Amino acid sequence: MKVLIPSALHSYTRSSQAEASGSTLDALLSDLDRQYPGIRFRMIDEQQQVRRHIRLFVNGVSADALSQTLQPDDDVVIVQALSGG
Amino acid sequence: MTSTALLVATRKGAWIFRSDSGRAGWSVDGPHFLGHVISHLVLDPRDRTTLLAAAKTGHLGPTIFRSTDWGRSWQESVQPPAFAKAPEGETGRAVDHTFWLTPAHSNEPDVWYAGTSPQGLFRSADGGVTWCGFSSINDDPHFRAWMGSEKDGTPDGPKLHSIIVDPRDPAHLYFGMSGGGVHESLDGGETWQVLIAGMNVVEGYGFDAANPMFHDPHCLRLCPSNPDRLYQQNHCGIYRLDRPSTSWLRIGKNMPGEVGDIGFTMTVHPRDDKTAWVLPMDGTEVWPRTSPGGKPAVYVTQDAGASWQRQDAGMPKEQAWWTVKRQAMCCDSHDPLGLYFGTTSGELWMSRDEGRNWACIARHLPEIYAVEAVVL
Repeated sequence: MKVLIPSALHSYTRSSQAEASGSTLDALLSDLDRQYPGIRFRMIDEQQQVRRHIRLFVNGVSADALSQTLQPDDDVVIVQALSGG
Repeated sequence: MTSTALLVATRKGAWIFRSDSGRAGWSVDGPHFLGHVISHLVLDPRDRTTLLAAAKTGHLGPTIFRSTDWGRSWQESVQPPAFAKAPEGETGRAVDHTFWLTPAHSNEPDVWYAGTSPQGLFRSADGGVTWCGFSSINDDPHFRAWMGSEKDGTPDGPKLHSIIVDPRDPAHLYFGMSGGGVHESLDGGETWQVLIAGMNVVEGYGFDAANPMFHDPHCLRLCPSNPDRLYQQNHCGIYRLDRPSTSWLRIGKNMPGEVGDIGFTMTVHPRDDKTAWVLPMDGTEVWPRTSPGGKPAVYVTQDAGASWQRQDAGMPKEQAWWTVKRQAMCCDSHDPLGLYFGTTSGELWMSRDEGRNWACIARHLPEIYAVEAVVL
């Protein structure tokens, strides 16, 4: 499925959009990490929590948990939230 | 002819300044990682080639970058410092940023140590590509209690810092925790001893000076010319420790009373264990963390702390409210020694004559977090 990538992570993907697959958000982010090593840890910490200034949206709705299931035609958007000056 | 390089880490990126041994003029290379928070940029003194940069951004989690071509290209750590995953149902810790980087002993090529915020100690055995935590620190209940919570640390998070390797013994390590005291290992980090005797705690609150939790060492330095001597700038004064003693002596009592002995950074002379420099700051009332009275100065001791002399020639005489963070003052190894510091207001200052005269060599940088000088 298509994943919209925020500018802060373009150093990994070299693009604002990536293709990745997974039946859950967790699996999708792992697939992104397989393609772009290191990208997951910049978004998800070692306790498997989404970092403070990262937000994940599925079909326009904020996702609360990495266990959220995905369908192949879902749109996933990764957003860099406000983080100060 | 030797060259001198300054590795400058800032809140918004990193810069490398270069000069010859005369250090009269400087060229600038940067920014590297514009917009990234760079806590420390360190050259490996063993191969004099590998640079490690501790990085994060406002949005993204922490990582470490590595370069072997002086920053023309960077590779990210495959496994940056990270705490162990907490058991199900428990709340674990997550590294916010790597704060401190220390190359290990000269007999241990590719080994590095890292200190993080929240406090953790990590080791790499492959030049910074992968990192593993010290369970003897990061998961130890005593250390966890001494670390306190995020409310107990510095404004941008409690830090493990000042990781020091005894140049005579790769297994002899020291580090400091803000807060949490000073600690020493003689077995490469398997076991640790507390090293806080003689250190004061904040008065008036009934804090137990025997509890590491109440101690806040800001910066530890070991004298290369005498590895049995350490100096410390602490939240509560300036200290010296001469091993095998385990009791720190508060040499800051000999500072001028109107200046006091509060600050963050400290630098020791590489060839003279009686000479060290501090850069005092205002630690009164609400802790302004500025130069005292808006009049910055370095203070030097040349008798191991028995007396201190003000060195401010060339610095602003009034209305200069910056200060210097704990990693942001250092020296090179030339003779006469060059001293350097970077300010919270983004100025880079140097002295070519061991502190007698100062000049500003760069302005308008972001807030400077760390400065390291290397002679190549």
